[in-house]
Amino acid sequence: MHNKSVAELSRELESGSVSSVELTTHFLQRIHELDGHFNSFITVSDESALAAAAEADARRRRGEATPWTGIPLAHKDIFCTRGTRTTAASRMLADFVPPYDATVVANFNKAGAVCLGKTNMDEFAMGSSSESSYFGAVTNPWGEKRVPGGSSGGSAAAVAARLTPAATATDTGGSIRQPAALCGITGLKSTYGRISRHGVIAFASSLDQGGTMALTAEDNAMMLNVMASHDRQDSTSTDRAVPDYTATLNEPLKGLRIGLPREYFAQQLNADMEQRVREAIAEYEKLGATVQEVSLPHASLAIAAYYIIAPAEASTNLSRFDGVRYGYRCEEPKDLMDLYQRTRAEGFGDEVKRRIMIGTYALSAGYFDAYYLKAQKVRRLIQQDFIDAFKQVDVLMSPVSPTPAFIQGEKTQDPVTMYLEDIFTVAVNLAGIPAMSVPAGFVDGLPVGLQILGDYFSEARLLNVAHQLQQATDWHLHQPE
Amino acid sequence: MAISREDIEKVAVLARIQVTDEQIAGLETDLGNILNLVDQLQAADTDAVEPLAHPLDAVQHLRADVVSETDQRDAFQALAPATEEGLYLVPRVIE
Repeated sequence: MHNKSVAELSRELESGSVSSVELTTHFLQRIHELDGHFNSFITVSDESALAAAAEADARRRRGEATPWTGIPLAHKDIFCTRGTRTTAASRMLADFVPPYDATVVANFNKAGAVCLGKTNMDEFAMGSSSESSYFGAVTNPWGEKRVPGGSSGGSAAAVAARLTPAATATDTGGSIRQPAALCGITGLKSTYGRISRHGVIAFASSLDQGGTMALTAEDNAMMLNVMASHDRQDSTSTDRAVPDYTATLNEPLKGLRIGLPREYFAQQLNADMEQRVREAIAEYEKLGATVQEVSLPHASLAIAAYYIIAPAEASTNLSRFDGVRYGYRCEEPKDLMDLYQRTRAEGFGDEVKRRIMIGTYALSAGYFDAYYLKAQKVRRLIQQDFIDAFKQVDVLMSPVSPTPAFIQGEKTQDPVTMYLEDIFTVAVNLAGIPAMSVPAGFVDGLPVGLQILGDYFSEARLLNVAHQLQQATDWHLHQPE
Repeated sequence: MAISREDIEKVAVLARIQVTDEQIAGLETDLGNILNLVDQLQAADTDAVEPLAHPLDAVQHLRADVVSETDQRDAFQALAPATEEGLYLVPRVIE
């Protein structure tokens, strides 16, 4: 039952061969039996999940079901869930129970989906290995002591281990695509503005974007059908019409123009990884696509621009955690300054504090022009690179990460080593375009992801391109032992 | 670019994060390494380039000027570490 896709489970619920209560009970049991190995969940919501499942079964009997009614899924613990604690994997919010639902959560609830619980992540989504969580590191189901990637490592590991058929996630600099790649599942980061950020705990507001994680591209399309919406609660939410993303999955790819950014196949890429990615691209040629090299001339500046802009926005966003209105508060503050300073010193972990301090520095008097303004100018150059590339080709393809899943602890000593993990993913966020990670084989038994990048609001095309690869290959169906 | 001990102490105060003397040594290394990484930006030719703050050319949606939110003070204040009679409590500010 747990190896089935969301699409298959949806058909089984429709036919009556299984009930939501049975499905939900099965996945909850798997979580309790197996998640001790992975630590992919921070909170498991047995009681509310079973109640929602019973309600979903009743709704189905009334003939009011949607394709999601009764399907279990998990939410990254950055999406606010009313009545269920939402921690962002931080001590600062360890006991925070939101009084409202994120729009994404509300959309799934409205469709009748069943929330199994909240998944582990890097603290405040700052990281690429899911090791910085206050609730302990997440382990990749593909390798003992291997990281699942991050920051949405709990969502990726939970889907890979078949503890949930699908999970929501967010991507500020690669936080959906890199863990999806390292855990051998399919993930999509949508165009900035396509999925509401209302109720998503903010990291870097001009970069943060929600997205989907599941085994197949088809399931990602089903998720996006629910998650994409215009939301007046998010001033950057787009009012463009939401298409049915499942309707175009079977479009033929004959004549598809694929661009390979030469800068993404150069330095720092593991040779075996490159081989797998090129093999996947060769599959597209068999399906009638054409391949050409393109250039993103400013690609090498993306990491530097990102690691100014993201921390700068984070330093502003995280100033709200003051120990006064909600969240952690230090013991016995002697005055107001002491309350702020010790609350934040004790409530935030090391990486979060480093980013707040770098961001504060970059925004401070005397440094603003040299860092923040300069980074925003480079951001426009990076965006222009993509605009130019999409005049020549329909999609871009590249690796997701320079190496497969690395060993826990290997990159935690030096923050810069960890930042370079994002070398192929951050430019997408700076430009605000959509991108996917799709399984493309293995290196030494560890999954490799193919990154597919598209022009603004081309999610339907990306999902079509990913789905066609999954009709021709079975990399996405392999599962960890 | 190196970052000095004084810079770190100043930034820590601006960011309202208490740092100990032992932590400052580690931060000098870590923040210095991060600044070295981001200093690649300085080589980019950005003359005549407009800064990009936001990826989409979006306009703000307007709404009618009517009350749309309900009063949820009690629910919100239930989350606070310390409140009294509808007020958030902090250490004494005015002597």
